[in-house]
Amino acid sequence: MAINTPKQTSHLKREILVRLIRAFLSDNFEERTRMIPYDMRPKGHEVPYRCCIYKERAILRDRTVAGLGLSIEETEDYAELSDLASQALERKEPEQKPLTVLTTACKGCVPARIYVTDLCQGCVARPCVNTCKFGAISVKNGKSVIDPEKCKNCGMCAQVCPYQAIQRIIVPCENACPVGAINKGEDGYAKIDFDKCISCGKCVAACPFGAVHEKNQIIDVLKHIKAGKKVIAMVAPAIMGQLPCTPGQLKEAIHMLGFKEVYEVAQGADVTTTTEAAEFVERLEHGAEFMTTSCCAGYNELVDKHIPEMKPFRSDTKTPMYYTAEIVKKEHPDAITVFFSPCVAKRREALQNPKVDYVLNYEEVGAWMIALGIQVGECEEREFKVEASAEARNYAVIGGVAKAVQTQLPEEIPAHPVIIDGLTKQSIRDLKKYAKTGLCELGNLIEVMCCEGGCLGGNATVNAYKPALKQLTAYVNESKSLVSGAEPTQK
Amino acid sequence: MDKKISVKVCLGTTCFVMGSANLQELIEMVPAKYGDKVEVSGVPCLGLCSIDWEFSKAPYVKVDDDVIKEATVEKVLKAIDDKLAANG
Repeated sequence: MAINTPKQTSHLKREILVRLIRAFLSDNFEERTRMIPYDMRPKGHEVPYRCCIYKERAILRDRTVAGLGLSIEETEDYAELSDLASQALERKEPEQKPLTVLTTACKGCVPARIYVTDLCQGCVARPCVNTCKFGAISVKNGKSVIDPEKCKNCGMCAQVCPYQAIQRIIVPCENACPVGAINKGEDGYAKIDFDKCISCGKCVAACPFGAVHEKNQIIDVLKHIKAGKKVIAMVAPAIMGQLPCTPGQLKEAIHMLGFKEVYEVAQGADVTTTTEAAEFVERLEHGAEFMTTSCCAGYNELVDKHIPEMKPFRSDTKTPMYYTAEIVKKEHPDAITVFFSPCVAKRREALQNPKVDYVLNYEEVGAWMIALGIQVGECEEREFKVEASAEARNYAVIGGVAKAVQTQLPEEIPAHPVIIDGLTKQSIRDLKKYAKTGLCELGNLIEVMCCEGGCLGGNATVNAYKPALKQLTAYVNESKSLVSGAEPTQK
Repeated sequence: MDKKISVKVCLGTTCFVMGSANLQELIEMVPAKYGDKVEVSGVPCLGLCSIDWEFSKAPYVKVDDDVIKEATVEKVLKAIDDKLAANG
């Protein structure tokens, strides 16, 4: 599976996070932050990626700005990192837009188009010329030539060429975005249209130059912990496959970071499961043909912004994060809550939920552990106070939500799950069709996951997909199932 | 029979987060490729990242006594091939 392929860009982002955290923990945060680009590319250092050391430092500076949780778009080029570090410290709440584009790092890729390569043999059959519905291809000097005025980028010619000589040139971010929210602007550099963006993070993962960054919230969280506030972690189920340790060791490691308590979001997922199952039964009894799940933040933003006609079919049940935050704020009204997330989209959901104060992704959590030198695999075991079910802990795996809901349904109203394993242009077309017709011929319970593989495939995960799945599944298997441990089903 | 080549993939926190998560595939791949000529295992922190700022060169892998910085699957396989060739 091609999820979470290793990337040098991730290495750079994580290195900057570690340096930022160490700067914060030092006695001179502002100055240490200002020095990050110079510490990473000191005088005489090799220049591994760009044209010169100055360009590399400029990009590292911008990566540090994103690490501070600020927008490149709204930051002056002449602003010193030391001043920006102070600005980040004064911030009262995180910014609304979760992503920022580094124009310095953006390659300004050549525009997406169909291109005839030198492999073209100028053959006699000329299927490209004959297939093109727009008359855009002619043969000149023994080679096919595309008229850009007429070409509609349909790609038919590329499909029929017997030499595979015609290629589609793509812009990785544009190609990865399922909703057309990121495009090359007039200046040739990528820009995000936040009215369209669903915060899926696919552009972050796709850009080979690492030009799209999440705006981190690590400084905000560090600040509250340093001030001695009661900061509580809520860890999404996917985290149990992320670090080389047991769940109990992970809990202890999170306490070592300074958190006063750690809740499994699986606890909230158990509420989602029962609520969503009851809702499913009610909807079907009232004649609904299908219902979709509602726990993926990326999917929810897709429906709100692009498929409003799906709203009546989307479950009204809240997300596991919502229920967990509700439990935490009830038990600790004075606490600051931090959600540990595998993806960007949860940052948007958190901004709309006053009970979730901050979101850290797994890269930030991992970098924090590095900065403090915590060996997670050597930590003591510390038990979670509430034991979540196996089904809830399995929410992070594709199909896991539907599986959990199924365990809570009466025999006479069975679910036939349909799994949308990752939002793509195609799966969005499918969803639009179901919403328009009010019918899904494949089943009646549609689980939609924005990321391929489910939350374990999130853009901000640190473990590779296969070992993460293995580790998480081992945890699920040792947990209590709703089926064997539950009360006998009421008839 | 020659001594086996030993490959240790560091799975300490630093190496794991900085990229050895993606080296875990070596643990299955190496025995399949080299049989019993090479021994491979994931090991706790080798202590290489804690020296000054060397965390930025993580992940580390040790092939016998040689340390591979910023290790990738390709770098490790090449180091094994070189060792095997040198051992004749």
